[in-house]
Amino acid sequence: MREKEIEKLKDYKYGFSTDIENFKAPKGLNEKVIRFISKIKKEPKWLLDWRLKAFERLKVLKEPDWQKPKYPKINYQDLYYYSAPKSFKEKPKNLDDLDPKLLETYKKLGIPLQEQKRLNGIAVDAVFDSVSVATTFKDKLTEKGIIFCSISEAVQKHPELVKKYLGTVIPLSDHFFATLNSAVFTDGSFVYIPPGVRCPMELSTYFRINASDTGQFERTLIIADKGSYVSYLEGCTAPMRDENQLHAANVELVALDDAEIKYSTVQNWYPGDKDGKGGIYNFVTKRGLCKGNNSKISWTQVETGSAITWKYPSCILRGNNSIGEFYSIAITNNHQKADTGTKMIHIGKNTKSKIISKGISAGYSDMTYRGLVDISQKAKNSSNYTQCDSLLMGNKCGAHTVPYIKNKNSDSTIAHEATTSKISEEQLHYCQQRGLNQEEAVGLIVNGFCKEVLQQLPMEFAVEAQKLVGISLEGSVG
Amino acid sequence: MENRAKTDFGKTFKDHLSKDDVNTKEKYLNNFLKKGFPSRKLENWKFSDLNQIIRNNIGELNFYNNFSNKNDLDSSILTNKFEHNKIVFINGKIEQIDFSSEDQKQIDIEKNRKIKIIKEENSLLDLNNAFNDNNYLVRIKSNYKLKKPLIVYHTTNKKLKSTNINLQLNFLLEKNSSLRIIDIFNEKSEKNFINIFYNFDLKKDAILKNYKIDYLKNNNIKYFYNNIDQDANSISETFILSSGSKFIKNEINCNLKDKYSSAFVNGIFSLEDQNHHEIRTTVKHLNENTKSYQLIKSVLNDKSKAVYQGKIYVDSIAQKTDGYQLSKAVLLNEDTEFNAKPELEIYADDVKCSHGSASGSLNENSIFYLRSRGLNYKEAKNLLIKGFLLDVIDKITDEEIKNFIKDTMGFKE
Repeated sequence: MREKEIEKLKDYKYGFSTDIENFKAPKGLNEKVIRFISKIKKEPKWLLDWRLKAFERLKVLKEPDWQKPKYPKINYQDLYYYSAPKSFKEKPKNLDDLDPKLLETYKKLGIPLQEQKRLNGIAVDAVFDSVSVATTFKDKLTEKGIIFCSISEAVQKHPELVKKYLGTVIPLSDHFFATLNSAVFTDGSFVYIPPGVRCPMELSTYFRINASDTGQFERTLIIADKGSYVSYLEGCTAPMRDENQLHAANVELVALDDAEIKYSTVQNWYPGDKDGKGGIYNFVTKRGLCKGNNSKISWTQVETGSAITWKYPSCILRGNNSIGEFYSIAITNNHQKADTGTKMIHIGKNTKSKIISKGISAGYSDMTYRGLVDISQKAKNSSNYTQCDSLLMGNKCGAHTVPYIKNKNSDSTIAHEATTSKISEEQLHYCQQRGLNQEEAVGLIVNGFCKEVLQQLPMEFAVEAQKLVGISLEGSVG
Repeated sequence: MENRAKTDFGKTFKDHLSKDDVNTKEKYLNNFLKKGFPSRKLENWKFSDLNQIIRNNIGELNFYNNFSNKNDLDSSILTNKFEHNKIVFINGKIEQIDFSSEDQKQIDIEKNRKIKIIKEENSLLDLNNAFNDNNYLVRIKSNYKLKKPLIVYHTTNKKLKSTNINLQLNFLLEKNSSLRIIDIFNEKSEKNFINIFYNFDLKKDAILKNYKIDYLKNNNIKYFYNNIDQDANSISETFILSSGSKFIKNEINCNLKDKYSSAFVNGIFSLEDQNHHEIRTTVKHLNENTKSYQLIKSVLNDKSKAVYQGKIYVDSIAQKTDGYQLSKAVLLNEDTEFNAKPELEIYADDVKCSHGSASGSLNENSIFYLRSRGLNYKEAKNLLIKGFLLDVIDKITDEEIKNFIKDTMGFKE
């Protein structure tokens, strides 16, 4: 049995699970559980009311079914909505109090929380199942007035900020999964950058689903005040389990006047095994609001994991002269399915948006780019450029492009291009002639195909992402 | 609507058809009533809610049609630019079929045939099957190429008000045959809903050219559906001039079933007032080495709205597919709207598929250039628009018809 486990791990190196005692809320989705979550997190009344309002709304909402990848019905009553390591009943004061098993888990994942202290560069907030485990580099950030903590902590310490911005980008009644998240969200990261501050380091959150039968519902809220800048990274992994697990997070970004937020994701949830058994359902709502003039939000994502990825990081360009960008690489192999893309909603004058999407599908997988560009009547002089390219490997997989383009303004320009092709024999031949084997050659060509997007990632991530691209496609050539 | 449709159905067919036929038609009627007119809730009708359009523009719709009544033909609507065969469709009834310039042995026209079911979840097809007068099949025998084009005149006279009329024509092009069809809309009535289905079956090496011309201003609501099935080596060319009606949705569904078949769809939207037009194409590449090409250009003025939904589907066995799709729009007024959904659905890897879509205003630099050469603003604008649209018209492969369309649009050389 054990050997089998190890054999499996060869394919997905983050597939181990940590044997740690868990403290869980009772199974099921009901008012009691919501009150339980709220109570255990010692939340103020307004937040509990907010959650309950979301739950009321959830009762009338229907699960959407227009997406391309279909999945068996999820039984929402058979899930745990809260799971935390037992040692967390009393939150540890600092890293030394942390359960060593947890530290080890993160070490295995390549996120050494302690060593990180000495490395300069990235501040990490680690989220394990439903709770935030640790946040590094706090002192240095506090010096600049930057708030970087778990959202539960922010609710306690900075309720005025949370109250002001929570739910302003993704309202309570948005859609099924977002509303579900609003009702039962457990933890996540909170970032506030004060006016005029340029965040000196990359902020990063690392998500890990460990417990089984658990849905992970985290909520991230990032606010960049006037004239500030922040670059934020998100990474995720989960153990290999035979059943599918649900991950329905909400991410809200707010950029005020002249502020810029750069949000990068390297998503590597467990994709299921070769026959498509198990894996994470990654149904995430990510939305950014360029609230102020001259603000900018940029999404970069590398999507290699999850059995089903279904998300559209979006930008609402409300401020005049605001800019939205979306760079994406999505790779599906074996039986993975992805339906991803973006929405660019132009409301302010002189707004600009750019979409670069690269999709690669191999094996029996299926990939869809779905995007919306909506230019409203008031958005004078705005422009959009969209490019989505797909690469197919083999004739068992599919690549689809479904862009929606709405133009209600005669002063604006929209350009959209899409191509679908395979790796050309000539390119392969050329590389092989120079001594690369077939797999290396494919890796090189694919990396070239993705380059425009990989360039957008912060250095530390770019290297990891490049490797990931190679690993995800292993065994798909030949 | 339901009661009205049922009473009108009884009134229309009671003494007109055999009991069996009425029963079949009734099934379709019930199917239609179950689904109703398509609304925004359906993905295909996302940008044009027909249910609402009919309610706002027509109100209560009539379904009754007196098929025993003969409608007189107003011969002024016939074109004398060139000799042609004709089918004249007046107020929902075919009044004349004339293939006198052809070899009669090579063309077969069957009437009253059993309804062919096209696999399509389309309530308008059910409506059509329930209420159309006759189902015609025009068969072009193998190796016969029609000498003259066929013009289908779609006309209505002033007697028709707030009524739904339906037409269904089937064409079978046998091996190596060829046919040119021009559809011309010429209506004297207002506020009717015209629902047309064409079904083409192209055998090996057959060539079909279909030109749809909706240019004269009218207040009717129209739906025009083409289903084209293509065998090996066949070619279909469809051109749509979408301009005059209050609302028209043209749907082209093309199945490239065998090797080396190809489909070309070109279209022009030239819209004014509050007109709202849509073209939706679905090209299915179902076999190797098939090719499709689509070009749609729009010029929008006043408060008009144009929608283009184009889909290229490539089956997993359809290797070496070549699919291309381009839509361009010029928005001349602040209140205009252009929506596009160019879609690719691809399951084969050795393919070349691309699509592009662009929309914006007229290029100020080009206008400046022309004005500096002595043209006034209006002339400069018109010249640019003409150049923009001629690009599509030049794709028409039939010289005679190309000139006819240029004439119609006032683009004289």
